Amino acid sequence: MSLVEEPRSRVEVPARPAPPIPYGMLAELTHRCPLQCPYCSNPVELDRRNVELDTETWLRVFSEAAKLGVLQVHLSGGEPTARRDLEQMIRHCVEVGLYTNLITAGVGVTAERLRAISDAGIDHVQLSFQGATAEVTDKVSNFRGAHERKLAVAREVRRLGLPLTINSVVHRANIHQIPDFIELALALDARRIEIAHSQYYGWALRNRGALMPTREQVFWALDVVEQARVRLKGVLTIDAVVPDYYAKYPKPCMNGWGRQSLNVTPSGKVLPCHAAETIPSLDFWNVREHSLPDVWLNSPAFNAFRGTDWMPDLCRSCERKEIDWGGCRCQAMAIAGDAAATDPACHLSPLHADLLALAEADAEGTDIYDYRRYFQPDRAS
Amino acid sequence: MTATLAANGVPRLARGVRLRHDEARGQWVLLAPERVLNPDPVAVEILKKVDGARSIDAIVDELATTFTVERQTVASDVDVFLAGLAEKGLIEVTSPLVGDAAS
Repeated sequence: MSLVEEPRSRVEVPARPAPPIPYGMLAELTHRCPLQCPYCSNPVELDRRNVELDTETWLRVFSEAAKLGVLQVHLSGGEPTARRDLEQMIRHCVEVGLYTNLITAGVGVTAERLRAISDAGIDHVQLSFQGATAEVTDKVSNFRGAHERKLAVAREVRRLGLPLTINSVVHRANIHQIPDFIELALALDARRIEIAHSQYYGWALRNRGALMPTREQVFWALDVVEQARVRLKGVLTIDAVVPDYYAKYPKPCMNGWGRQSLNVTPSGKVLPCHAAETIPSLDFWNVREHSLPDVWLNSPAFNAFRGTDWMPDLCRSCERKEIDWGGCRCQAMAIAGDAAATDPACHLSPLHADLLALAEADAEGTDIYDYRRYFQPDRAS
Repeated sequence: MTATLAANGVPRLARGVRLRHDEARGQWVLLAPERVLNPDPVAVEILKKVDGARSIDAIVDELATTFTVERQTVASDVDVFLAGLAEKGLIEVTSPLVGDAAS
């Protein structure tokens, strides 16, 4: 019995190297959510319920994702449990071999619902905490009692025997709580915690003046996380999303555009990352009109910044070009006004000093949030 | 070497860990929370037998027979590999009931 398939002989040489196969798909099932976090990664223009994909279309998308080579599906939102067909989707994902990860805010999710989700075959649950204490969680999410509900959900998830990750987004109002977030994760018997510094697109960009920590806070936070990682090796996995406004090198955003993952929005648009719609020149194909492999392989938006050919000379001649992948296209758009520019987070960008100045000015900003919301009452729901 | 797992213990993949063949890339993968691991061919042969029914002893016996390798060597490899997975929380090893062990 052979474990490794024989490589097939190739007669034709492709015009360009075959695109890589994606590992992960973020399925944003809905933008509806009871919380109003001011750094939400959803776009400022939220999809309404009446434009959401129906069950049948989602099931087709999951089947196509599995065929394309996606291994893990992240069922997210908004709040994914707002979709009543969530369990049906999970069962389908399990059937087609996809690993399912639920990313929930844990508010309005009953023990009965969690049991149904568990029975459907969910593999892993990620639960967000906006603060390590009720005071902070309730303030940041703008939902009174959110923290208590999250604690109850965490306990139920573990009672069901499901692996639990605590997701915490950190910013000026809670960055000092990082040690408490880690203690909370341990107390809730989580095996993993994500400590993600707020990334400034969409809602977070609107709220940057209320979210941006100081340079001292950021470097203190990096230090605390590093020490905890060493101390808790084998007990708690700590994954960090680093802040880049104070960084020397840009983040390798998505590990390269159109390289490892894709994102499907509630209305069916397929994006290389969740903020990609902030780049106005890109045209995103929709799963209502195209199959997922077709979008991944052929859509102009996915090919726009794939590989290294699109890069400006500064990036293309850089030895880190396949480490940083040019940084973040959305950040280049937001700060430089050009999605194909070097990410201003890079110390070699001509705009690097400007980015640092923005951060330092915003760190002195006021603490008033422009909470995430629909701009008009949602008459459809 | 020192054995770290009981030979009569029964290993199984932890909830949230799955072994599957990845058709698109022609390889086996071990899927875990936010992780995709690529086990080598030896690891795959061991993992395929981690089913929550076979004991570590039984797994070693089968592998030693299938691959005609000295039992001692297989036992040592399996122990090191499974102990590493247990430490990472990827497998759980349950001890058989006393009654079962006696029968």
